[in-house]
Amino acid sequence: MHATVTSSESTATGSRRFRWRVVDIVVASVVGVAVGVIFWAWGVVWGPISAPIEALLPGLQAAPAAVWLVAGVLGALIIRKPGAALYTELVAAIVSALIGSQWGGLLTIEAGLVQGLGAELLFALFLYRNWRLPVALLAGAAAGLGMAINDLILWYVGAAPTFAIVYVISAIVGGALIAGGLSWLAVRGLARAGALDRFAAGRELRAA
Amino acid sequence: MAPHEALGARAAAVSAQGWGWRHGGRRTPAVHDLDLEIAPGERVLLLGASGSGKSTLLHGMAGVLGGDDEGDATGRLLIDGRPAAATRGRSGLVLQDPDAQVVMARVGDDVAFGLENLGIPREEIWPRVDAALDAVGLDLPRDHSTAELSGGQRQRLALAGVLAMRPGLILLDEPTANLDPAGVLEVRDAVARVAEESGATFVVIEHRVSTWLPLVDRVIVLGTGGALIADGAPGDVLDARAAELRAAGVWLPSEVPWHAPAPGAASRHPLLTADRLDVARVPGVPVLRGVDVQVDGGGILAVTGPNGVGKSTLALTLAGLLRPEGGRLIAGPELAKGAHGEPWRWRSRELLTRIGTVFQSPEHQFLAGSVRAELEVGPRALKLPAAEVDARTEALLHSLRLDRLEGVNPFTLSGGEKRRLSVATALATRPRMLVLDEPTFGQDANTWRELARLIVALRDDGVGVVAVTHDEAFVDAVADRRLELHRPAGDERVAPAGTASGEARR
Amino acid sequence: MSIASVRPGLPLAAVNPVAKVAATVPLSIVLVLTLDPVSAAVAIACELLVFALVGLGPLVWSPRTLPIWIAAPLTGLSMVLYGAPSGETYWQFGVIHVTEGSLLIGLATMTRVIAIALPAVVLFLTIDPTDLADGLAQTLHLPSRFVLGALAGLRLVGSSVDDWRTLRLARRARGVADHGIVRRGLGQAFALLVLAIRRGSTLATAMEARGFGAPVDRTWARTARFGAVEWSVIAVGCLVAAIAATAAILAGTWNVVWAA
Repeated sequence: MHATVTSSESTATGSRRFRWRVVDIVVASVVGVAVGVIFWAWGVVWGPISAPIEALLPGLQAAPAAVWLVAGVLGALIIRKPGAALYTELVAAIVSALIGSQWGGLLTIEAGLVQGLGAELLFALFLYRNWRLPVALLAGAAAGLGMAINDLILWYVGAAPTFAIVYVISAIVGGALIAGGLSWLAVRGLARAGALDRFAAGRELRAA
Repeated sequence: MAPHEALGARAAAVSAQGWGWRHGGRRTPAVHDLDLEIAPGERVLLLGASGSGKSTLLHGMAGVLGGDDEGDATGRLLIDGRPAAATRGRSGLVLQDPDAQVVMARVGDDVAFGLENLGIPREEIWPRVDAALDAVGLDLPRDHSTAELSGGQRQRLALAGVLAMRPGLILLDEPTANLDPAGVLEVRDAVARVAEESGATFVVIEHRVSTWLPLVDRVIVLGTGGALIADGAPGDVLDARAAELRAAGVWLPSEVPWHAPAPGAASRHPLLTADRLDVARVPGVPVLRGVDVQVDGGGILAVTGPNGVGKSTLALTLAGLLRPEGGRLIAGPELAKGAHGEPWRWRSRELLTRIGTVFQSPEHQFLAGSVRAELEVGPRALKLPAAEVDARTEALLHSLRLDRLEGVNPFTLSGGEKRRLSVATALATRPRMLVLDEPTFGQDANTWRELARLIVALRDDGVGVVAVTHDEAFVDAVADRRLELHRPAGDERVAPAGTASGEARR
Repeated sequence: MSIASVRPGLPLAAVNPVAKVAATVPLSIVLVLTLDPVSAAVAIACELLVFALVGLGPLVWSPRTLPIWIAAPLTGLSMVLYGAPSGETYWQFGVIHVTEGSLLIGLATMTRVIAIALPAVVLFLTIDPTDLADGLAQTLHLPSRFVLGALAGLRLVGSSVDDWRTLRLARRARGVADHGIVRRGLGQAFALLVLAIRRGSTLATAMEARGFGAPVDRTWARTARFGAVEWSVIAVGCLVAAIAATAAILAGTWNVVWAA
């Protein structure tokens, strides 16, 4: 089986293809929520161990931080509508702000916006018609770039160039592999598990 | 719109004319060429086997099947002569899963949600909210948290949300399948009151017929693909079509599908003993204290009691998955077979051949992408030779009628198939003891019978079985001992810590 | 998790959440503009004072702010090791370069993280998601379908947390919990997504059946207020920002980071 369909289903055309249904909105929200919960659970286990180690890394901490970018790419690959990456990443950020994140409510949300925007622009570049693996990887990388620029300006502003360069590269690679690759795999799995039957992304793979 | 009576609106008529629906991505339609008329004010029980399209029909009447990118419709499905999808607000729908239909965080907001969506003016909203809450018997403040409601209360809340919209047609899709017996009665009685006061047409799907029989005046039975098998007065249909209904897995009134033969004498032997056991789902918050119980090989122990008393937590503790909060849990030599300490200290792999667990929701247990791979997980973790893995898998596929599904993704199975698979995965490693959490919950009569037979067969092989259950029929027909859990006296809400008592032999 | 339930009556809980979020904006901008320990330290002092005065003092020292107290020093440490070097060198090892300048940057970064994060975290703790949604939709006029869809999605936080716990136990029962924590964690995350999306689809159906998304002008059962109290909260936020900036300028430590 190969997910090579580049356009949405033939019946959905024009502006209707881009209109968000209720199920699109709710499932995008739920994906944001679930990703938020997964991070929370992940953080409970790994946070205390990994945080001190990460502080000692010369910028490599951006790679694992890319798990935060999963929501946007995953949301877009499932919903396939303009704004999906931005919206899903934003919901995930708001969830983590409400749960309590060390970066603070407003700037968590701002970070979500920038990261979501990175992925969103990439999908827009392909006119919201291509949802294949290479595009997913690029979208993850773009989200990573957004995250790196944002973090370097806001949080690591006094960093030496070496740190900044390592940080940007780690974020891009981490974003591509984790946010892009894992999300793409997750969508295939979700489709096979029948969870996406109300979405073109699910019907396509199940019908194949 | 209806005049401003307390609750009611004009009852709606339903008309299906050659109606059919095929879900997008499926080859065969869920419902095909159905003709059906439901008159205003009629109360209909809709029956059919899994795959008969009854849920699709109900969702069609509610107008929530989606647009033509989600499936293909044929014929017409009309509410009061207008297409169902264009009549939002004329019908209200209550679904099966109590967790998945609470929209808002506060009780009042949740009921108001539908009214806001219909554009009802604010000053009219709150009186209607209060009236609806009153009608379903939810005597709670408007700002009460919806997260703190029991399953039965949530279903009544969903009903109130529907009722506030003053629908002419109330649609209920297995509204009580996920509830304990007390919750079932709560919801059934609320529906009865609502139907009486509003006079609305209503259609309910439920395979435990006896719950709804007193309320309905018509029974419709659908066969595969929505074919109309029977339609008429409840008594006539249930009598005339008993054999077909039984084959479709419908629970006919006062009929238990199967009774276990009594166990042979002297086959019992102790496997696991709980001594003053305290159990907790979250460490430090015990839900149940001081349980004394013994699990015997060759015996079936039923654990019963009201919701929230700690039955599942006890089961998961006995299964070696949760660490006891206090007291002792001693595995006899026949169960421990060399594993050290209490079961919660055993390695995950050591549990496989000792204690198997079947969770309440099968989906929590699925790990693989196909039924066959799912069955192979346990034997492979035991590092059994490939030939043995194959042999066990084949045998289970066959005995649980999963052969034709071996390549299917477990998450896409029907409810009964999922249940059979989750039991099979536990059996694949041949544990000496099996813990089942609500094994018959929401199952139709056919799956129920299969499970009962299987569990008794295990008992006869000397396996010790613990089953947490609300299902009195199951306790009567299958169990040989019962552990009844109680809330402390005077505590009607979620108990801080329950107590165990009344262990009785049948 | 508390976001799944209605919050108890904390101080400021009745204030429109939009105002509480807006109040943190001026200070965030000031602190992002400059990297100096004085503005941040003064801001922290003002925040502690304001929170103590309105009765939110205990929240500052609650477990909910713990991540800040852990993350801030660690972020600072990163900058001590990898900050732009200047002044006397104390230690050098590979790419690590601890200098007088990087120590200062580290200190400033740490105080800045605390000063920005503390008010945001504390104020968010007083926000009930339902009020936030009311504010976003009625005060800021964001599209109600999206705001309410997200709010409904939040209902599933509680059941998702329960699912996560049960999934972990189920993996132990299936004999696969001894090894491979990363692979198991991914599998568990996947199962959680399947369950959440299923439930979300059902929730969407339930919402549609109650007229959500219908082409009707939606009404609101409750109004989101925006009055004198809200404006004063924002004014306090502006005041703290102004004090922090003034202090840094007077102390001569104000430096607009990108201008350097």
